[in-house]
Amino acid sequence: MSGARAVSVLFDAPGPRTRRRLVWINVASTVVVVGIGLWALVRLNAKGQLDADLWAPLFTANAWRNFFLPGLRQTILAAGISIITAGVLGLALGLGRLSASRTIRTVCGGVVEFFRAVPVLLMMVFFYLGLGRAHVVDPAQLPLVAVVLGLTLYNGSIFAELVRSGVHGLPRGQREAALALGLRRGQSLRLVEVPQAIIAMLPAIASQLVVILKDTALGAIITYPELLQAARRFGAGHGNILQSLVVAAVVFIVINYLLTRVADVLAGRVGRRTAGRARTEPPGLAVDAGRPG
Amino acid sequence: MRNRLLSRSITGGVAVAMLLALAACSSDDDPGNSGDTVRIGIKFDQPGLGYKDGDTYTGFDVDVATYVAGKLGYSPDQIEFVESPSKQRETMLQNDQVDMIFATYSITDERKELVSFAGPYFVAGQDLLVAADDDSITGPDTLDGKNLCSVTGSTSASRIKEEYSTGTNLLEQPGYSECVTALTSSTAGTVDAVTTDDIILAGLAALPANKGKVKVVGNVFSQENYGVGLPKGSDQCQAVTDAINEMIADGSWQKALDDNVSASGYVPNAELNPPTPAACG
Amino acid sequence: MDGDYLERYRSLFDQFDVVAAFWVNIQLTLAAGLIALVLGTALAVMRISPAPSLRWAGSTYVTLVRNTPLTVIIVFCVLGLWGQLGITFSDDFNRNFFWLAVLGLAVYHAAFVCEALRSGVNTVPVGQAEAARAIGLGFVASARLVILPQAFRGAVAPLGNVLIALVKNSTVAAAGSVAEASGLMAEMIEFRPDVILAIFFTFAFGFVLLVVPIGLATTSLSRRWTVAR
Repeated sequence: MSGARAVSVLFDAPGPRTRRRLVWINVASTVVVVGIGLWALVRLNAKGQLDADLWAPLFTANAWRNFFLPGLRQTILAAGISIITAGVLGLALGLGRLSASRTIRTVCGGVVEFFRAVPVLLMMVFFYLGLGRAHVVDPAQLPLVAVVLGLTLYNGSIFAELVRSGVHGLPRGQREAALALGLRRGQSLRLVEVPQAIIAMLPAIASQLVVILKDTALGAIITYPELLQAARRFGAGHGNILQSLVVAAVVFIVINYLLTRVADVLAGRVGRRTAGRARTEPPGLAVDAGRPG
Repeated sequence: MRNRLLSRSITGGVAVAMLLALAACSSDDDPGNSGDTVRIGIKFDQPGLGYKDGDTYTGFDVDVATYVAGKLGYSPDQIEFVESPSKQRETMLQNDQVDMIFATYSITDERKELVSFAGPYFVAGQDLLVAADDDSITGPDTLDGKNLCSVTGSTSASRIKEEYSTGTNLLEQPGYSECVTALTSSTAGTVDAVTTDDIILAGLAALPANKGKVKVVGNVFSQENYGVGLPKGSDQCQAVTDAINEMIADGSWQKALDDNVSASGYVPNAELNPPTPAACG
Repeated sequence: MDGDYLERYRSLFDQFDVVAAFWVNIQLTLAAGLIALVLGTALAVMRISPAPSLRWAGSTYVTLVRNTPLTVIIVFCVLGLWGQLGITFSDDFNRNFFWLAVLGLAVYHAAFVCEALRSGVNTVPVGQAEAARAIGLGFVASARLVILPQAFRGAVAPLGNVLIALVKNSTVAAAGSVAEASGLMAEMIEFRPDVILAIFFTFAFGFVLLVVPIGLATTSLSRRWTVAR
């Protein structure tokens, strides 16, 4: 990792004095971290929040079979649909931004900038309330549709930017070679440049999946029965809402951590199959992190 | 290979045809001809009223719905419970998503424009839930300087601030359970009271985890007639009304109340309960 | 569009204070942004420091926080920090939730500030760090005088993106009982469904107006501040 390289040149190999000082720093920081943790645990314990009868229901078959797993399935369902629809939209908008026609470029650019700037939650709330009033969607599916639409429009514009920057990131020789072979500009884009850009994008897509997965949790606000909502419902019935939210958070952390690992591995593999630069962006932020065109 | 593909697509085709047939059946059945199933909208997240715990449904609304459906000729396994969040109830009836709704559904004139109601089967009223040992809060006008919790976007909390105690601090949370968690935390200065309909509060108070920690004040300051939501112009109203009357008469109504919401010592407003369902038409 | 529609749309602004709601989002962003910048810088220094325990603490923080949905963090701040641990930041009841939301937003975005700064550190050529060591600077001095100033310059674009995300994520404070723009939008749609599209686009363009200048400013700053190599 590049971070490790930066680390190793920032300081000399520690001598005996520094090593002694490092031991003290290690002890001090451990004391601080453990201290804060212990303080919180003691306070929570005093409030009875660590009582076994609040935690035990979370580790029963009922909790998982009927609440957390179905919630997780809804989370993955919404994220899965969204990543496909966002991929399609992103490809279309990205190609639009690379189009030879100035009008199409401008329109697609405007759409992308707009949906990148609008908070996902705002879109979800709007689709949830708006489509509900317009009576165009089956009410049972309404929360899912609103969640997917919000995630698709936002992440679609992120993917569009990825496609565009992926194509711009290719060596000029790729296009020149394609044109030299007698391909037209559109053909060169379609057959040579975009496929390589997409491969270079794969790790970033995997990272973006973390963003999407996390953003499905916003669906809880509009009654979509995803993991967070399921945890909330379980907590409502068992009087342990804080505890069940902790469990939901842990599930999110584990899944997202694994996805991040997958993205890293992909970045390593994919690099060989494209002339572009494969990169994983820092996942998580609800924004494209550092992809200046 | 090709054979397997062929047989697979045949099986697939048969499955699709069966699904279509099933779909046709279930969308055909008018509520009333005691055909296959009846779709009943309830809350899934309100312990004591309508709560989904895996494959089982519990609560007062569920018990009333089961009883009424029984009188209409549907056995419990012919009932299909559907979640109807508050904001979706009219839409679900208008779009034929459900046949009837038992979901803390207050009968109001605006709603009557869009849907029909049978009942009421219960008369609730806005009330307060407080810590079991709190005697300082006796009603909506004793909340000055107190911290009151309600659900985001609900009008019940703002009503208190506007009409009774202008010095009330409002906390909005995504659900009532969050409010109750804050109420029971026993940290001074967090939440002093939670407000919504009394029976909903009683359902929360009846949870084993909250036992002995909270109580319903019992000083209602509004009247909410819980009715059975039906599609506009439904011919089911009389049959549902008869079933509710029967349920009240044979003691099942009281039993459902006792089973679901009375554990904290809550007693519904005796002047108005059990109610007499209004005439249909 | 007929005049009647415009008239009904205009009447929205007598009924609801849209600007005040956006002002809350701006305040949330500024306060949380400052705290996140300080906290994130501290985390970044921890992550490049020679002490293994600090590196471990920094990277654990980042891994945990950035994989948790923001909604959960905000709810924990309200129900956990305030509801259970009794932590308050203001005697004013509503102001307290504002600061709890600020804390939640700051804690969350600090992880991303840290990552942005780390990417900035990576733009600093190795020679700079070697030169700093060669003239006898220790870790703290070389980080403070040589590495970080250049890292900040190199991290302007990603830091700008964090700020943009923060503006948008300030809407999630609605989950923590803060009255801000997204909550007001839901309320307005509830009460004025006759102009539902106009309401949405009003709020959407409000955010475009907040976000686009940040994007333009950071792009031009990052160009101007790029260290010529």
